[in-house]
Amino acid sequence: MLYFDRVTKEYENGAKVLEDISLTVNQGELVSIVGHSGAGKTTLIKLLLAEEKPTEGTVSFQSENIHRLKGSRMTNYRRKVGVVFQDFRLIPNKTAYENVAFAMEAAGKHDHEIEQDVPHVLDLVDLRDKMNHFPHQLSGGEQQRVAIARAIINRPEIIIADEPTGNLDPINTYDIVQILKKINDLGTTVILTTHNKGIVDNLGRRVITMENGRIIRDAKSGKFSL
Amino acid sequence: MKGTLFKRIIAAGFTGFYRNRTVSLSSIFILTITLSIIASFFFFRSIFNFTLDQLTSRVDVRMYFTVDATEAQIGEVKAKLLGLPQVQSVAYTSREQALAEFRERHSGDQLTLQALDELGNNPFGGSLSIIAKDPTQYEAIANSISSGAQFLGENSSVVDKVNYYQLKDSIDKLNQIIKWVNTVGFWLSMIFILMSCMIVYNTIRLAIFVYRDEIAVMKLVGASNMYIRGPFIVEAILYGLVATIITLVMMYPATVWITKKTVIFFEGMNLNAYYLAHVLQLAGILLASGIILAVISSLLAVRKYLKV
Repeated sequence: MLYFDRVTKEYENGAKVLEDISLTVNQGELVSIVGHSGAGKTTLIKLLLAEEKPTEGTVSFQSENIHRLKGSRMTNYRRKVGVVFQDFRLIPNKTAYENVAFAMEAAGKHDHEIEQDVPHVLDLVDLRDKMNHFPHQLSGGEQQRVAIARAIINRPEIIIADEPTGNLDPINTYDIVQILKKINDLGTTVILTTHNKGIVDNLGRRVITMENGRIIRDAKSGKFSL
Repeated sequence: MKGTLFKRIIAAGFTGFYRNRTVSLSSIFILTITLSIIASFFFFRSIFNFTLDQLTSRVDVRMYFTVDATEAQIGEVKAKLLGLPQVQSVAYTSREQALAEFRERHSGDQLTLQALDELGNNPFGGSLSIIAKDPTQYEAIANSISSGAQFLGENSSVVDKVNYYQLKDSIDKLNQIIKWVNTVGFWLSMIFILMSCMIVYNTIRLAIFVYRDEIAVMKLVGASNMYIRGPFIVEAILYGLVATIITLVMMYPATVWITKKTVIFFEGMNLNAYYLAHVLQLAGILLASGIILAVISSLLAVRKYLKV
């Protein structure tokens, strides 16, 4: 469903952060992308979210070049992709409930759907009793769970999690990974970047290893090794 | 679905306005100052126009008659003057009135009054004061009169003198001042309004700068540009509305105070009464400027962060 075709990204100052990346992700996969800082993981995610454009090559989702999408078609694409960031990126003056509901409101869902789905999803991430808390009243792990709830609320076809556990302690990390695994078991494709060895080894799923902007290993049931 | 989105945008605008009180307050504060400047121009113009009317109505051409001119002769001349297209009104001052006025003016000056008494009879002639419809027309009136016999006929012998020429300089000067003040006033108000626009724009831009990450997140979550912009527009309209109300309320005690201080100086100009009479007009001007200013500033400010 997702293809990187010979993608190169070079910044204006000449720094080459991605070089000749070709990659296919199929429906229902859980893929971990690992590598040192500066290996190009975050740039890869940015290209996927159309936050940046590749210098060469194409990125396509369901055979459409995502960097050619404009206006409402770009908005539609973004609704099919749920994103979870290392720094959570919740809207600070909205409660947990409102943060999740916002994604549905923006997608133009009806009020009764929102009233039905939001508590359900917050239940799934075990935050039902804190849904009226503002982000600053929640712990890091709780904030990340709100972010995941927001990412999955519109039933996206793919979830992209960029270092989702980077700011969390081991117990919260475990929880978040379990939730992502559960989402994947329900049929959603998950792409996860991390440099946490424990996570990757525990998952026992596909692992793509990056170094200096290139893919150096792509293992079906991999372990974390650099 | 359009209705639902519209409702949500309005609700989000109100919620944002309330939850980001500090930002709302500072924007309203700056906007209030701007609107006060605009309101001051509104009042300044009215004071200026009033003073100008007062000044121009005082300018006149005065025609003095000899002591032996009869009331009938003067009446004839008056009728003729009223026939001129530029003349608005002609006021007659009789010999007796002129004497009484002179005595009153010099009531503290015994020497002059004594000299007057020694003369025995009334040395003053009657006079006509002529007011033009427009201060620029005095010259034309004076020209008609100075053609002498042609205009006045046999009555020209009883005209002692016409004193327009003594006033000519001050009339010309006044005309120059009117022109100058109009031009300078226009450009000065333009500069002030432009300056306050920039201040409002910068304040709102700083306020929205706080939201740049939020706007980026909204885009990534799949919100359309209009859906992101909407609540900011609603907030901006609220800023304009609240700032207008504050300005209008503040103007009431301000005009009462100014009226108290200036009622003698401006002779009959009651700024507070003027304010109350024109409050709807002023409210319209302020509301329109406030909302337009705030909305344009927000749109410009948000635009920058929508390019994700």
